[in-house]
Amino acid sequence: MTPDAPTPILELRDAVKSYGAVRALRRGTIALRPGEVRALVGENGAGKSTLVKLLAGVIRRDGGEMLVDGEVVDFHAPPDARAAGIAVIYQEPTLFPDLSVAENVVMGRHPLKGGRRIDRTAMHEEVQGLLDRLGVRLDAERPVRGLSIADQQIVEIAKALSFDARVLIMDEPTAALSGPEVERLFGVVGALRDRGAAILFISHRLEEVFAICSTVTVMRDGEVVHDADTADLTTDELVRRMVGRELTALFPKLDSEPGPTVLRVERLTREGVFTDVSFEVRAGEIVALAGLVGAGRSEVARAIFGIDKPDGGTVDVAGERLAPGRPLAAMRAGIGFVPEDRRQQGLVMDHSIQRNVTLTRLKALARFGLLRTPSERSLAAEWSKRLQLKYHRLDDPVGFLSGGNQQKVVLAKWLATHPKVLMVDEPTRGIDVGTKAEVHRLLSELAQKGLAVLMVSSELPEVLGMADRVLVMHEGRITAELSREEADEESVMRAATGQLELAA
Amino acid sequence: MNTPAESAVATPAPAPARGGGRARRMTELAFRVRELGIVLALGLLILVTGILEPRFVGAGSLRNLALNASIIAILAVGQTLVILTRNIDISVGSILGLAAFMAGTLLSNNPDLPIPLVIVLGMALGGACGMLNGVLVTYGRVPALVVTLGTLYIFRGIAFLWTDGRQVNAETLPDRFLNLGTSSIVGIPILVLFAFVVVLVVGQCLRDLRAGREFYAIGSNPEAARLAGVRSDRRVNTAFVVSGALAGLGGVLFTARFGTVDATAGTGYELTVVAAAVVGGVAVFGGSGSVYGAALGALLLGSITSALIVLRVDAFWQMAAIGGLLLLAIAIDRFVGLRLEAALRQRSSRRAG
Repeated sequence: MTPDAPTPILELRDAVKSYGAVRALRRGTIALRPGEVRALVGENGAGKSTLVKLLAGVIRRDGGEMLVDGEVVDFHAPPDARAAGIAVIYQEPTLFPDLSVAENVVMGRHPLKGGRRIDRTAMHEEVQGLLDRLGVRLDAERPVRGLSIADQQIVEIAKALSFDARVLIMDEPTAALSGPEVERLFGVVGALRDRGAAILFISHRLEEVFAICSTVTVMRDGEVVHDADTADLTTDELVRRMVGRELTALFPKLDSEPGPTVLRVERLTREGVFTDVSFEVRAGEIVALAGLVGAGRSEVARAIFGIDKPDGGTVDVAGERLAPGRPLAAMRAGIGFVPEDRRQQGLVMDHSIQRNVTLTRLKALARFGLLRTPSERSLAAEWSKRLQLKYHRLDDPVGFLSGGNQQKVVLAKWLATHPKVLMVDEPTRGIDVGTKAEVHRLLSELAQKGLAVLMVSSELPEVLGMADRVLVMHEGRITAELSREEADEESVMRAATGQLELAA
Repeated sequence: MNTPAESAVATPAPAPARGGGRARRMTELAFRVRELGIVLALGLLILVTGILEPRFVGAGSLRNLALNASIIAILAVGQTLVILTRNIDISVGSILGLAAFMAGTLLSNNPDLPIPLVIVLGMALGGACGMLNGVLVTYGRVPALVVTLGTLYIFRGIAFLWTDGRQVNAETLPDRFLNLGTSSIVGIPILVLFAFVVVLVVGQCLRDLRAGREFYAIGSNPEAARLAGVRSDRRVNTAFVVSGALAGLGGVLFTARFGTVDATAGTGYELTVVAAAVVGGVAVFGGSGSVYGAALGALLLGSITSALIVLRVDAFWQMAAIGGLLLLAIAIDRFVGLRLEAALRQRSSRRAG
């Protein structure tokens, strides 16, 4: 930061934000100056979205200061931010599909004629003018429904222009765009910058950061850790600053001897989500599927289990071909699937521990179609003991348990089916550190006993600490396969951001 | 920039010159078609029934069709506002009953009361009922279906307590009030004129006022509406108040038309009113539809019932016919919507690049 730099339009100093006990933002310090395109980068969960939500007035900070044109301000709601000239374009455009492009742009600020009536001609001309200035061919009078994501983002930008936004914040705008669409967006961004707007650009694609941003802010663990001109950084340095953290947690990884291949996935494709995904998992092996949010990892797991039907490719379990799109067939073949969102997808929260554990074994436990409570209870008790579940009574609703113990119930539910392959999606998300280690130990032990484990994880330390092999996905493709020895934070991060291509 | 995803995206064909005009005409047509379709169905129904039973197309009979549909149409207009915001108001039948009995009691006790005052009082009572619904939905964060199901019973219960088994008879009501339900101005029944005015006024407000457009915004994408600074709670409240007030108006007109009113007036109307709006193309998930469509829907439903009666069709089949029509309307909407969306998307992807 040079001393003669112009006053920032928008500045955040030492902002703090907590959600309950979780400190999402410890130190948010960022300044946006006119004519600047600044990148905001960091790993998943580094606090980028929290920072953006503060700037947009969607949430309120617990501490620190916000300044607009050097004056201290406070946003209570999104319209306050808009009044200050701040426009935010979210990853998912927030538009009204039933209304016309023009109405989406001017909603709440329609031009009026006599009698406070809306002047449609003026509205359409105004918005068409904006769209033409942006150099896009888009009809202001057509409905938004059916527009591509790229066009919807253009509508959002037109909205920002219509109230003379001086700060434009874009949250991963290019994630869903094709090459030419990205270039068109960059053209628009360049034009806005030349007009003196400040732009904050959040992206996981580092090549884009270097292509269009002059400055970069790096976040890690809820803190802004670095602030520099992009010209002074190399990609390697940037990646290092994003991950630069010690492997603090200890992972009780046990050695195991990989056995025969149990899960074989070949050229699995689901159009627009992931392409040509091939890999295998052997008995006794933990394979991690790493990558950034939105790379398609969970979707691959869902397709293997048959929740989503793939468009192409095959899945074999212990040499047997699996019928696509049939979760029951996958279960019967010996796959267990611990989903990412255990509250919504993994558990029936109001049901007892016992009921949840035995959900996958109902047929085996029933006689003449009726469940026998004693056998239900003994099964649940057995698994609770094996997994060292901390509970009061087996009849307590699962919702009473802590996150870590809930996760153990989900694990118990699947282990009770004696699976050959266990797929776990984000096994330790939202779990406290102590229980985390227990879940890790458990997975490790299971692998040692010959279970094939496929683990989807966004947490690098977990991936590096647990996995025998690491598969890295970037934009729906596997871009790297790394052995335990090859895998380190930089190599994984590089592949996850598309800096490293899998040697063909 | 040489990411694998990009190379996988097929290069789109060169863009045709500005295709938006056609897309717009197409969608406009589809929206018009929605209302045109009802008009068409209505014409067909009257024609076919008229051929089978010529009395059906007599001036008096057609006049009756319009008269019967008027009150439902007025309620359907209010319902449209509510449904646009992704809510529903099934308490309107009970509100109508309450207002109908109030109007009857007031006028038989004070025959000299000015009629406009009675109308205003009826609407005020309905508006107050609507306000209760609105407050419970917006501030209580209770789903509208549950709230209005509750008030459906509450308002009806109040009507029973109030009437205490009594009923208002036509003989006790002043003639100038009963004339409201029977006489005409330049050949058009006054009741129908009321419906016309309500439809036009609300229709224009929805089209031309910022607040009107916000109803659509809220229903189309509540989160986006919030981010755009739309005061959703206030608008949703307004929708319920208007729906209640129009049900109140409907109640006063009900008394004028039928003369005899007891605590059960308007029972079951809520279902007809919701059906009219849905048949008229108001999307149950909010965000699209018009009051014109809803009013036409009311007319179509009323006409079908009359036609089936004239043709001496069994009462069970009358119900089944209405149910079938409802499902048909929703199926057509869904079908047209999907086709339209596909067409628009194709256009976008062809133009991209």
